[in-house]
Amino acid sequence: MHKKPLSKQIYDARWCYLFVLPCSILTGMFVIYPIGMSWYFSLLDWTGFTKEAKFIGLQNYYEAVSDKFFWDAFIRSFIFMFGTVPVKIVLGFIIAVFLNNQVLKLAPFFRTVIFMPVVTAIAIIGIVMTFVFSPFNGPANKFLMSINLTSAPIDFLGNPDTVLPTVMGVYVWKWLGITMMYWLAALQTVPQDVYDAAKIDGAEGFRLWIHIILPIVLPFAIVIILVEAVGALNVFPLIETMTAGGPFFSSEVMEVYIFRTAFVTDSGTMPRLGYACAAGVFWGVAVLFITVLQGLWMRRTRRI
Amino acid sequence: MSRYLNFIAEKNQVRYLIITIAFIIFSFFWIYPLLWVLSASFKTDFEIWGGLGLIPDRLVWENFERAWFGANMGRYFFNTLIITVVSVIIVVVTTGMFGYVIGRYSFPGKKILIGILIGTIFIPQGYTIIPVFDLLNNLNISKNLIGLTLATAGHTPVIYILLFAGYFSRVPVELEEAAKMDGAGFVRIFISIMLPLTKPVVATVSILQVLHAWNDFLLPVVITLGNPDIRTLSVGVYAFKGEYFVDWSGMAAASVITILPIIILFLFMQKYFVEGVQGAVKG
Repeated sequence: MHKKPLSKQIYDARWCYLFVLPCSILTGMFVIYPIGMSWYFSLLDWTGFTKEAKFIGLQNYYEAVSDKFFWDAFIRSFIFMFGTVPVKIVLGFIIAVFLNNQVLKLAPFFRTVIFMPVVTAIAIIGIVMTFVFSPFNGPANKFLMSINLTSAPIDFLGNPDTVLPTVMGVYVWKWLGITMMYWLAALQTVPQDVYDAAKIDGAEGFRLWIHIILPIVLPFAIVIILVEAVGALNVFPLIETMTAGGPFFSSEVMEVYIFRTAFVTDSGTMPRLGYACAAGVFWGVAVLFITVLQGLWMRRTRRI
Repeated sequence: MSRYLNFIAEKNQVRYLIITIAFIIFSFFWIYPLLWVLSASFKTDFEIWGGLGLIPDRLVWENFERAWFGANMGRYFFNTLIITVVSVIIVVVTTGMFGYVIGRYSFPGKKILIGILIGTIFIPQGYTIIPVFDLLNNLNISKNLIGLTLATAGHTPVIYILLFAGYFSRVPVELEEAAKMDGAGFVRIFISIMLPLTKPVVATVSILQVLHAWNDFLLPVVITLGNPDIRTLSVGVYAFKGEYFVDWSGMAAASVITILPIIILFLFMQKYFVEGVQGAVKG
């Protein structure tokens, strides 16, 4: 069959182009264009509120990489990731294994309960948690004191040592339902006869898991880790509403840093969109780098 | 056909009971913060900080009155509702059309389009927010709901397109050819034959977008910085915390107003939530 000329191909597909147009325009406006523009903005000395903008080249980048707060926030974002993702993966797996039991009559109910925080607005969770962990008669402290685990209330969100673990705990609580659903989907792909055959072979308990089930769900595990890792780097709403990065910037992750330098003027500093964009670009590239790295790892593992 | 590993044997009653009870206790603690805010919304300030109990002495409906009228949550509720409904319509129509073409046809430039889409999957929202803010300002739609709605719809997760494309690609060709024989054009085939077949995907995508639009925070908080009138519920409660920080019970009521509609929706449409979430790793 000989190939039609390109112009004819394009003409024949005119409806196709028309159909991809609306979505392309939206994505172009709100995803592609902003990506390009943030590169440009990052080269400007610009407050964002006036038209005055001065081209200053890479100066914003120099300033960012020599700012201690920038690196603190940068590293903190990864601490957040490494502190939450493994917990979610393991805990989600254990719960999924239990709830994947047909015999457990209440499994659908438990699943619903564990998933409930996922559908709750993240900003509301952040705000409610400031009550729950309040040192002034907050329920968390009340409970700990009633079972005599602590004699004086703990200022979970006011102490630089406890604030990050507390926020990380809330993060795990909020999103564990999703991890559980991922794992349930993975476990559902293990064919019944694999279980049955394994049982006949006498592979019981632990051995069954290590040799039969883990290899089957491993490809899923890699996708889950990838999705979770990127998710854990995007925690702006929770931290902004719970602590706004405080106290003394001790819970300031990268996105909160960008938001603070771009908009917030409470600290008396001028908003600097140009500088914030430079920090954002730096951050975006770092996240992309990790994503690509994980993607490569994923492909390699899948080929084996 | 069941794909379950029943390592909790039916015969082993004790083990079964222990696991069930453990999960019941776990569930109670898990859900306690949400129950706590629900109960706080009906309590007086004094009572909220009084104890761990969940049953209010009497139902203080005035909390909701204060939140709805005094703190303007009524207005924010309708703002959020409009943004959510309109953005769901936009997203379903645009990603449905896109997914249809990608799933069923090949045309010059298709690979490039797909490549660009995949490339945007992991772009953090924080990375695009400043230019989006600037763009809406330049288009003069940053001070009304139009801009916020468009931007909410424009942040289209690629997963929606993939869900549609996957579904459409499995529809048998015969259906389409029969329609062509009858003289149906491209658009007619899409609207009267293809779209009705994809109701499950439409439902899943709608639910996911409702969840995203209703609960989004970064975008609305930035866009509404100078315009309190177009705040969404999440931003409203956040501002409430800043403005009336001593009115705990009012804030609890405002929180309940924000989260209850979605929780109710979730309880009734759970199946689609689950399918949407699981679609991310299955694909």
